[in-house]
Amino acid sequence: MISEQLLYSLAGVGLFGIGLRATLLHHMLLLRLLALNVCGAGVFLIFIAIAYSGVELMADPVPHALVLTGIVVAVSATAMALALGRRLAALNDE
Amino acid sequence: MDFFDHLPLLILLSSLLPGLAIFLVREENHLLRTSLNLFGAFTKLGLVGLMIWGVFHEWVTEMRWQIAPGLELVLHADALSVVFVTLSTVLWLVTTIYAIGYLEHSPHRSRFFGFFSLCVTATVGLALAGNLFTFVLFYELLTLATYPLVAHKGSPEAVRGARIYLTYTLGGGIMLLIGVVWLHTIAGPIDFQQGGVLSGLTHLDPWTLRWIFLFMIIGLGVKAALFPFHGWLPQAMVAPAPVSALLHAVAVVKAGAFGIVRVVYDVFGVEYADALGLLPFLGAIAAFTIVYGSVKALSQDHLKRRLAYSTISQVSYIALGAAILGPLATIGGVVHLVHQGVMKITLFFAAGNYAETLGVHHVSEMDGIGRRMPATTMAFSIAALGMIGIPPIAGFISKWYLGLGALQAGAGFWVIPVLIASSLLNAAYFLPILYRAWFKPAIVKWPAEKAQTGRWEMPGALMWPPVITATLALLFGLFAAAPFSPLEWATLIAGREY
Amino acid sequence: MMNDAIIWVIVIPLLGSLISIIWSRYASIIAIISNLLALAASIIIVANVYQYGPFNHALGSWQSGLGISLRADALSSILLLMSMIVISAATFYASAYFTDPVKRARFWPLWLMLVVALNALLLSGDLFNLYVTLELLGLSAVALTALSDTRAALQAAIRYLSIGLLGSLVFLAGVALVYMGYGTLDLVALSHKVQAEPLSQVAFGLMTAGLLIKSALFPLHFWLPSAHASAPAPVSAALSALVVKVAVYILLRLWVDVFDLVLTPLSAMLLGTLGAIAVIWGSWQALQAQRLKLMAAYSTVAQIGYLFIFLPLIVALPEGPVQDAAFTALLLMALTHGFAKSAFFLSAGVIQQYCGHDRIAELGGTARALPLTIFVIALSGVALIGLPPSGSFLGKWYLISGSFQAGQWWWVPVIAIGSVLATAYVFRILGYAFGPGESVGRVLNRGREEIPALLLALFATLILGLGSFELWDFVAQHSEFLRG
Repeated sequence: MISEQLLYSLAGVGLFGIGLRATLLHHMLLLRLLALNVCGAGVFLIFIAIAYSGVELMADPVPHALVLTGIVVAVSATAMALALGRRLAALNDE
Repeated sequence: MDFFDHLPLLILLSSLLPGLAIFLVREENHLLRTSLNLFGAFTKLGLVGLMIWGVFHEWVTEMRWQIAPGLELVLHADALSVVFVTLSTVLWLVTTIYAIGYLEHSPHRSRFFGFFSLCVTATVGLALAGNLFTFVLFYELLTLATYPLVAHKGSPEAVRGARIYLTYTLGGGIMLLIGVVWLHTIAGPIDFQQGGVLSGLTHLDPWTLRWIFLFMIIGLGVKAALFPFHGWLPQAMVAPAPVSALLHAVAVVKAGAFGIVRVVYDVFGVEYADALGLLPFLGAIAAFTIVYGSVKALSQDHLKRRLAYSTISQVSYIALGAAILGPLATIGGVVHLVHQGVMKITLFFAAGNYAETLGVHHVSEMDGIGRRMPATTMAFSIAALGMIGIPPIAGFISKWYLGLGALQAGAGFWVIPVLIASSLLNAAYFLPILYRAWFKPAIVKWPAEKAQTGRWEMPGALMWPPVITATLALLFGLFAAAPFSPLEWATLIAGREY
Repeated sequence: MMNDAIIWVIVIPLLGSLISIIWSRYASIIAIISNLLALAASIIIVANVYQYGPFNHALGSWQSGLGISLRADALSSILLLMSMIVISAATFYASAYFTDPVKRARFWPLWLMLVVALNALLLSGDLFNLYVTLELLGLSAVALTALSDTRAALQAAIRYLSIGLLGSLVFLAGVALVYMGYGTLDLVALSHKVQAEPLSQVAFGLMTAGLLIKSALFPLHFWLPSAHASAPAPVSAALSALVVKVAVYILLRLWVDVFDLVLTPLSAMLLGTLGAIAVIWGSWQALQAQRLKLMAAYSTVAQIGYLFIFLPLIVALPEGPVQDAAFTALLLMALTHGFAKSAFFLSAGVIQQYCGHDRIAELGGTARALPLTIFVIALSGVALIGLPPSGSFLGKWYLISGSFQAGQWWWVPVIAIGSVLATAYVFRILGYAFGPGESVGRVLNRGREEIPALLLALFATLILGLGSFELWDFVAQHSEFLRG
């Protein structure tokens, strides 16, 4: 049987792949941002899978910390991209 | 001998520092600029005199500066460097005087003289280089310093000519760099040593050495205007006459030839180079260039272009001297370094005078010019006769030794015809000019005549330099056997080499 | 106090950034002071490493494993010093460059955050910190690029951000795999633990790919020209000279330190080949460029290529002084380019402000109007071409020498062609600048705008070329790597 850890890891890899494909294929900013966020989610899932140390033991906190940091970074980057996109749209409308 | 050890650096600084200072001098401040120029030139002359004395007595003066592992900046004075340094210094002084007169009322003189001084610094550094790394360093610096001089006028033709010059010389620089780095890789850092270094390193693969030699000769041959890398020289005639005079007849082209001499004698060693089969190769290129340059010169009506092709031909004599095994040929090649320098610079000074005073740029316009400008044309004539090889002018001495050396080395069967052919061709393109200048009546009106001011035919600063250098050419020939003459130095160098 | 310098160099700009948001009127003075203090701290760090060797600092005294550790060794401290010198010069320049108060108020906090990110990245001692600082760097750089507020700048910024994010995520995926395999992210620990196995090979590939995007190696360079060309001049200087360099630094660190048993000669050769293509392609595009800053951006693409050509040589050469020399030459080349390119961009900014545009063909007369700036362009151009007495001449020397010694002679024609093309595009500018033309322009604050560029160019072309001998010893003695 596939262990849970492996399953989550593979799910993470899968998400990453889906996001990657979407990023490379689409040019619209919003689509790309969403795709990049999916990529990010995939990587975070891999981290969470790594943290699993079995049923009895407590999960490894280091990957959790990394994921939290990563989420913060992803949110900031997304926010900046959206702000830039809005400004560009405003300039285009002028 | 602490002071003496620093002599090479001082000689470099004597033109570098005034040069940098001149850049900052305001355009209108002629007196300061001229003073800086002449101060630098005379100081250098004095220092070089000191160095001549020292090298003659075999005192060693050397300066080393570590740049990186295996790479040292070495300034070293030996007999060969002394010859080139002295030539550069004396001619720089004369050309500075000439340039001051020529460029009167021209814009951007501070820029010009600044780069002029930098150019001499690079030339002297190259002459005093004690190893290949230092040589390459100054070789590239020379290109950088001379580019602004070629482009000085700022006209589209000047920029274009300068661009061609740059392409050729930097391309050549890369070839030289590749050759030198390659040599460093297989043989370690190479200090110049009389008698050559590589002959002692028997573990090196001969074919690799041949390829390295090829790269180096291509790199040096660009500046020395060996066929087929000569294309930049006629194009670079767009520069002001003092630039053409010093750089392209003496400094830049000589740097290439000097490099070839260094590589053959002090890196490979002439006997080892012969053993590798490199000398016939070099000799063939040199011989071809000698004839080619003279043939092309015949068809040029533009005076400076004719002189340019003549340079292409004449500088290859030096390479030819290096390519023939034997002390006599060495003497001929090395002494021609000096002789060709003074003769060619005279011709360019004269050409500049013709253009400046009378607006004459073409040979066809030179009818009767001897009566209008006798001193200049006299100088021109002496130099031209020297180029042809008429005794007792210096050019004869060089050709004589080359011929003798060729006979001694058993190479007479191809060298003598080349020498004879080129002398005949030289006569073919110089004698008609002399005939026109002296014996034909003048054309009604000169293209752009400047009024004659004062007693002489033109301002002193323009007239005396060619007269001085023509006199030198005559003296070098007449007093060739005197101590400290170029011929004696060349003999000294050859003696220490074999 | 000495050990604390490693903290100060990060914290001072951070404080400066926060204070400049509050007190935007004095922002430029705050920035100048912060950067000069950080420069002093970086000098202390270099001196420290030179005397005592590499040292660590655990933040908050948390042990590595849970805590963040900072580490300074020869490579990182030298790059740190270069960073701070370039930043300081560009800061002086920027204080006179921005006239619009709105832009000025936005610029300084972001600029100082960029400095924080740069310094923290160079001093990072573990993989995740590298990721975070890399992201911070990217965000600051993007925001600064967008500061020009033109359509072109915003489009370039958005593209930069998207590509950068992708690169970082790929990098992060690699980090995850490393943690999965070895349970630690500390660089020093990893350098002993990592073996060649499928997991680490995949991680290596991912991290390299992410970093190649960030360092704009051909063919992943397409985001760079527009971003560097449309950013304000001081930003372009920092982007080309520093931001791209630190990505190469991380890659170097990973290759030589962490993954030295994983990498294969083939992978090194692949990167070297891409570097060679970058040299020729970038130089060719630079020659075609019509605008000064676009030309400089393509020139950066080419120069990064040179750095990558060193990789297969370093991998192929046997351990010892020859390999050390090649590594130091790579560093020297990176340093020279950092100084030269920043000087170039600052001068381009001066020209752009003076003439109102930076079209190369219309630069006639600038040599007369801005002699010092054109001189700086000439000086930095000499360093970009690789002529003596610049540091890149020595770098090129060792690149050719290494090629011959490793038997990989095919890099030599690439270097030759690159040099010729670089000569062409540098002297093309000079040819136009010295040409005829009337250029009228607005009055500039000459001192603050032209002198910093001059100092940077002198570093590149004289100091590094003639006085860099200590560098060789320094790197050879105090580098962790290359010793097994």
